[in-house]
Amino acid sequence: MSGLPHQPRLTRLTRLPRSRRVRSLGIACFLSALAAVITGPSGDADHPLAGITGSFAWPRLIIFVVAALGLWAALLSGGHLASRGRALSTRARAAMMPSTSMPPAPGGDGAGPPAPAGPLRRIAAPITGRHGARLGHLALLAVALAVPPALSTAAQQALVGEIGVYALLALGLNVVVGYAGLLDLGYIAFFAIGAYTTAYVTSAEAMPWHAPWQINPFFALPVALVVAAVAGVVLGGPTLRLRGDYLAIVTLGFGEIVQLLANNADGVTGGPRGVFGLPPLSVDLPGVRYSWGLNPLPYYYLLVVLIVLVMVVFGRWERSRTGRAWTAIRQDEVAAEATGVATIRMKLLAFAVGASVSGFAGVVLATKQFFNPQSFGLQASLLVLTIVIFGGMGSRLGVVLGALVLQGTAFLLRDTVPPADRFIYFGAVVVLMMIFRPSGLLPPRRHRALPRQDVPGTPAVPAAAGTPLVGAAVGATAGAGQDSALAPGAAPGPGPLPAPGSLRTSGPPPASGASPGSGAVPGPGPGAGAGPGVGPGAEPAL
Amino acid sequence: MGSAEQISQLTIDGLMVGALYAVIALGYTLVYGVLQLINFAHSEVFMLGAFGGLFASRALVPDGGATPSGLASAGLVLFGLGVGALAGATAAYALERCAYRPLRRRGAPRLAYLISAIGASLFAFNLAGKEFGRQSVPVPELFTNGTVVTVFGAEISTQSLVIAASALMMLLAVDHLVAGTRLGQSIRAVAQDAECAGLMGVDVQKIIVATFVLGGLLAGAGGFLYAMTFNASYTMGFVPGIKAFTAAVLGGIGNVRGAVIGGLLLGLVESFGGYLFDASYKNVIAFAVLVAVLLVRPSGLLGTRLGRPA
Repeated sequence: MSGLPHQPRLTRLTRLPRSRRVRSLGIACFLSALAAVITGPSGDADHPLAGITGSFAWPRLIIFVVAALGLWAALLSGGHLASRGRALSTRARAAMMPSTSMPPAPGGDGAGPPAPAGPLRRIAAPITGRHGARLGHLALLAVALAVPPALSTAAQQALVGEIGVYALLALGLNVVVGYAGLLDLGYIAFFAIGAYTTAYVTSAEAMPWHAPWQINPFFALPVALVVAAVAGVVLGGPTLRLRGDYLAIVTLGFGEIVQLLANNADGVTGGPRGVFGLPPLSVDLPGVRYSWGLNPLPYYYLLVVLIVLVMVVFGRWERSRTGRAWTAIRQDEVAAEATGVATIRMKLLAFAVGASVSGFAGVVLATKQFFNPQSFGLQASLLVLTIVIFGGMGSRLGVVLGALVLQGTAFLLRDTVPPADRFIYFGAVVVLMMIFRPSGLLPPRRHRALPRQDVPGTPAVPAAAGTPLVGAAVGATAGAGQDSALAPGAAPGPGPLPAPGSLRTSGPPPASGASPGSGAVPGPGPGAGAGPGVGPGAEPAL
Repeated sequence: MGSAEQISQLTIDGLMVGALYAVIALGYTLVYGVLQLINFAHSEVFMLGAFGGLFASRALVPDGGATPSGLASAGLVLFGLGVGALAGATAAYALERCAYRPLRRRGAPRLAYLISAIGASLFAFNLAGKEFGRQSVPVPELFTNGTVVTVFGAEISTQSLVIAASALMMLLAVDHLVAGTRLGQSIRAVAQDAECAGLMGVDVQKIIVATFVLGGLLAGAGGFLYAMTFNASYTMGFVPGIKAFTAAVLGGIGNVRGAVIGGLLLGLVESFGGYLFDASYKNVIAFAVLVAVLLVRPSGLLGTRLGRPA
């Protein structure tokens, strides 16, 4: 990408404070007006303005005027803080400049950094290290196993099943979007392919078109996986050679086509009526005989097993050579290619892996005995994408939590927000996340994938685990205690998408209020273990 | 293949739809030229423009009234086009402001722009569904639609003529604007090398906004023309959006004249393909064209960028 223009720093500094105040007021009014319209009554084609005028009717008007003023105040104070923070980070950077040009050797021989490293690191480890993640995973698993049976209503039990399916889908899309940095907008098509494949191989009645012999739905799992992966390769083959945008639009079209075929090819798929009467999952071994019936809970537990399986496999994969190749491609494809990563093959692999997980989830959908083409629309694809963005691209635990939070919130608000209006909020969530917190709810811990021994002494400041190299480098080499204390707060990492090749400026200033999180959540920056070349905010890129 | 009349009719229909695709494709191509990004929310700009024009003409032509004729018709069509274009431009400006500019300031990676645009698209079309209802709405009759002339047995209706004439005027205007005005020169300069253009005194920020607005004007007017034939609904933008993108890629994305040629060609391919196979598979045909172009010649037919002499 050719360097996008940035406002010169000078204009930012010389802008009149008054114009900034007016601008903030404008932003506040716009945002609260938008919020008023989103939450307001709906209109229709005969009264297109009814929804808008109704949104600003008497009692609501007061609320949103107050909200606008409050937001204005927040923006002003936030802007004030942000500009102060910016000044600090500029100072920190200035202090760092000479030190980064030096080799890290002075810090490495033990003379440079003060050495609270050992004990502090050990204390911090359970919170931020691998153990913390493991504890988090186990706690989530315990909740996932224990809570659903306690839910009383059938709607709630169906909800957990839904969350499970979307969590599985999001885990698959996470490989494509989060690991390899490719945008797949027709992801749900592979879900459809998995579901229809299951119908094809397991039942002679469900669809007009069926396999000559029928197999147990459990054996449909590998079949659907392979079929979806092949579909992914066929679709990705021609497009992945090109820039990422093309993949996005081709998958968008592909998703539409698959739904169209499912709807129109009556003689093959059964058309818009859908597919029903599939045999449920069943185990029929000597000694063990069990059949999944109409109750949603057994399906849910099956999903939990599949999710755990997928998470474990992807966790290993993430830390493997392949995972590092994906990270390299995501950060800078040209550089990755130059260093010997087989980019096209790796992208294709990520795409096929994502597709196969989606196909996998399709089997579970199909064995619930009924589905129709309406389940495979564009909005479903975008919902999965929203979950991944919200949860944190590249973070397995994050996307599962994302599915839980988004679907759960949608369920809790089902009486106040009509289901059709949900996607307004999802769209807003995606845009807001991209602007203010691109790393998502629970950013991935990327630094672990990088070799530790390369930067001796840098883990000295545990707090720096979540910050870019600025803090660590200053603390370790310059020994400027004051600056290193300021740096972590002043220069939060810009997000999990550091694509050094695409940035021409050095540390982009943080958006106001966007500071990624507390110390407990390891930040997006490569932090402690990062080699000097990958600090997203610290180094002028390539 | 059918008779000469059928061929002629299919050609006329294809060119008419193709002209609409070309008008929308220009928006993709212009933004792509300047930012090297596919504007995924362009289809919603198109949809909002259609609703703008629709409500404007509804306000002037009451339901059940007499169909206007003569000069009144022409004025109404122009008014609808104008309001549609304005609505589209407003939407495009808001989009740039809310979904693109904050990211640009931060220097975000490409993926972030795509995701943000798709989020804005999701937001916009669902909000439109909430405010304007989720049924498809026809544009009131602004003129009496009948056959004007017959060419080789094909009937050309007033509506086709109106659409073709408006589209042609817009395409010529844009071509002139990009090739022969100062604004066009700046747009081309930014497309060629934004940083360098900035150093030469081009206000890059302003040019980006201008490009979005220009694309929005075209898409809005195109949306109104589209709604005259195919009605307006909150999801109307999606399929024409993908097709217009296909047209832009077919002609060479980033190339203004390429977008026009690609649009017309895609319209023809679709029209004949729909006749040969089945009308419901028109979308599949357009998609197949997209994949085929990407496979064989990803740079498109003309293959040059906006910044280079077209």
